[in-house]
Amino acid sequence: MGGLMTLADLQQIKERELAAQKKIVLRCCLAAGCCSSDAHGVKERLEKAVAEAGLHHDVEVRGVGCLKLCCAGPLVQADPAGTLYTHVTPESAPSIIAALRGDQTALTQTDPNAAFFALQHSIVLAHSGRIDPERIEAYIAVDGYAALLNALTELDPKSVLETVVRSGLRGRGGAGFPTGLKWGTVAKSPGAKKYVICNADEGDPGAFMDRSVLESDPHAVLEGMAIAAYAVGADQGFIYVRAEYPLAIARLQTAIKQAKRLGLLGSGIFESPFHFNLDLRIGAGAFVCGEETALMASVEGQRGTPRPRPPFPAASGLWGCPTLINNVETFANIPPILRHGADWFAGIGTLRSKGTKVFALAGKIKNTGLIEVPMGTPLRTIVEEMGGGAPDGGRIKAVQTGGPSGGCIPAHHLDTPVDYESLTTLGSIMGSGGMIVMDDSTRMVDVARFFMEFCMDESCGKCIPCRAGTVQMHHLLEKILARRATARDLAKLEELCDLVQHTSLCGLGQTAPNPVVSTLRFFRAEYDELLQPDPHGPRPAAASAPGATVS
Amino acid sequence: MAAKTLTIDGKQLSAEEGATVLQAAAEAGVKIPTLCHLEGLHDIGACRLCLVEVAGGPKLLPACTTLITEGMEVTTASERLKNYRRLTLELLFAERNHVCAVCVANGHCELQTLAGQQGLDHVRYDYCFPPWEVDATHRLFGMDHDRCILCQRCVRVCWDIEGAGTKHVSGRGGKAKIISDLDDDWGDSETCTACGKCVQACPTGALYHRGSTVGEMVRDRSKLEFLVNAREKKLWSV
Ligand SMILES: Cc1cc2nc3c(=O)[nH]c(=O)nc-3n(C[C@H](O)[C@H](O)[C@H](O)COP(=O)(O)O)c2cc1C
Ligand code: SF4
Ligand code: SF4
Ligand code: SF4
Ligand code: FES
Repeated sequence: MGGLMTLADLQQIKERELAAQKKIVLRCCLAAGCCSSDAHGVKERLEKAVAEAGLHHDVEVRGVGCLKLCCAGPLVQADPAGTLYTHVTPESAPSIIAALRGDQTALTQTDPNAAFFALQHSIVLAHSGRIDPERIEAYIAVDGYAALLNALTELDPKSVLETVVRSGLRGRGGAGFPTGLKWGTVAKSPGAKKYVICNADEGDPGAFMDRSVLESDPHAVLEGMAIAAYAVGADQGFIYVRAEYPLAIARLQTAIKQAKRLGLLGSGIFESPFHFNLDLRIGAGAFVCGEETALMASVEGQRGTPRPRPPFPAASGLWGCPTLINNVETFANIPPILRHGADWFAGIGTLRSKGTKVFALAGKIKNTGLIEVPMGTPLRTIVEEMGGGAPDGGRIKAVQTGGPSGGCIPAHHLDTPVDYESLTTLGSIMGSGGMIVMDDSTRMVDVARFFMEFCMDESCGKCIPCRAGTVQMHHLLEKILARRATARDLAKLEELCDLVQHTSLCGLGQTAPNPVVSTLRFFRAEYDELLQPDPHGPRPAAASAPGATVS
Repeated sequence: MAAKTLTIDGKQLSAEEGATVLQAAAEAGVKIPTLCHLEGLHDIGACRLCLVEVAGGPKLLPACTTLITEGMEVTTASERLKNYRRLTLELLFAERNHVCAVCVANGHCELQTLAGQQGLDHVRYDYCFPPWEVDATHRLFGMDHDRCILCQRCVRVCWDIEGAGTKHVSGRGGKAKIISDLDDDWGDSETCTACGKCVQACPTGALYHRGSTVGEMVRDRSKLEFLVNAREKKLWSV
């Protein structure tokens, strides 16, 4: 069909898919989490059991993306009833088939209408756990690529841009920069050659939102990128994905191949003059390569280290050309925005934070997994209602958001709504979506040390404050934890936090002190408890200490 | 090119469009401390010593990579900046083994000189004492990683001016290291032309002429400047 796809073709594929739909669908989560506990074995056994029972005309066993309650995997959900089976093993899988016939099953189930699921608002994850991410037809059946078709045939790039501006969408990669504004800058930057990059480097410890999106609905990201390319006037795109995500890479490769085969990528898409070529670039797993200028250096084949901005990528990015760089989740929001309109999207969330946010809920909490909630949802709703609170009767002490760049929000601030501004006010950040819940047993100085160690190891080493400063801050934290530090050491730690925040070259260094600063702000007593009396007696912080002289 | 007017430390001045704050300041006789900057090499904004305050913006900006704009108000030596510079230098001294008393560059070292100028007379942080080695395999030059501050001048001069591409940075964070080719012994390098430009560019005692002893490693920067100028102005006699 290559290059000749029309609305009618798209319609035809959709109808064929819907017509082939079987009465009963057993959706098996085949995202990385469940795969690590033999979800593939579960799926194979189910297929065999269906065949043995002679039910293959009525029952489809479908591999799908993330079913969200990762802590209870492998998960299998049975339609139309929606029964959600947890902890399924290849051995226990056949009893699902028996249950279809009304037999008793020993399998554990969980309520698909429980708060964990009911309070979710799925835009980015709408297809996650529903469609087979390895079949483009499945995506087309849920109106996939219709937004791209509509944009290319009915809208000029300007109106696409305007829709994104009006939607109020902000970047989901951490900083929350208004997406429409960024697109507009790239569109306006002079240059015949422009690029679009999808940042799928996701390196925060504990974060797996982007991975889940790529594994569960890769075509949504491709479609979002193609729409972006049309809006800004780019003809080449790159997805920069970390090598630690083999399944996401495989699904993206499949998706790109399928889209090219159907003429939804490449030249003359939907019989329009629009060309868009898309390639994968695999990152070698350095956290700093998620920083946009380092990422671009890496795509260019250079050592992945950040450079000073300006110039910003929108003006001078890949090979000096105007470049749009957005996060996976940002792109995945684009097709729904174009399908349902800017007003629909702007109607969700808060005044300044629109739409939803995907979080990877982890830590000391009953239900861990993937959640998508409207912006403005109080933290308490997330951790207590959806997450089910701390396990084993523990008490929630703090919630960490934003990973190594973020901060710890203490339990007494749990009523804070999750939106960009509220989290920043509390000294944390929205970040890319890592959310780690901590209970009474967590020592906050340990948390600060953990993230500082991460930043120290991941610092690229280019600038002095971050390279040498993180080493010293980490050393001071270890000293405090070993009960060998004095108030003077704590003062040095705070002085370094200030230095590294304000003088580092890139966001890694600039935010590396955040976990320390925020735990000091809310849990200072835990630091003080560990300090030793100063053998030299109290001194004003600025006075010179008897240190070694510069030799 | 159009001229722009700006103020640096209260001094009104004009400079050509496209000039960096560092260049404009130098023209006006305002000296901003630098370490990674070297005339003739492209700037990378790595050492952060040249950070300045620009009125109206919350961020500190590196003078070496920031272009001047009309009406810009720059402060180069506030107490806050001076303190940051001292702390940054202090971090460097604690990072690797800078034992000036036995260093070939003693008395001719930019790091040492800057520390003096910035009033850094002692180090309060615990020394890291990392176990770095010396590469003494090259027949003319040596590399003492203990003295390296990772300013990347050697890398840039080797690529941009000599065009040999021998020097690279490997590793990251505190483990970052200047290497020759694929981390080979410098003496085994097939790309090194033994031009010595990296040795001339190095601000500390990290790169030196073999045979120089304590305090003997004096640089001749005029050579580098001559080369850059000659290239830019096409002074080659072919
Ligand atoms: C150290 C560091 C790591 C980053 N890692 C990521 C990442 O893994 N994914 C991402 O989308 N953005 C990451 N960012 C943010 C990017 O630089 C960039 O702002 C983002 O991709 C822009 O996309 P958005 O506007 O859609 O958020 C990182 C930034 C820093 C400073
Ligand atoms: S802040 Fe850290 S990661 Fe960023 S450029 Fe400096 S050393 Fe590299
Ligand atoms: S001597 Fe010249 S070629 Fe060899 S590493 Fe130094 S700058 Fe490069
Ligand atoms: S060897 Fe010298 S020039 Fe090269 S990075 Fe180290 S200090 Fe700078
Ligand atoms: S001289 Fe500007 S950052 Fe080093």
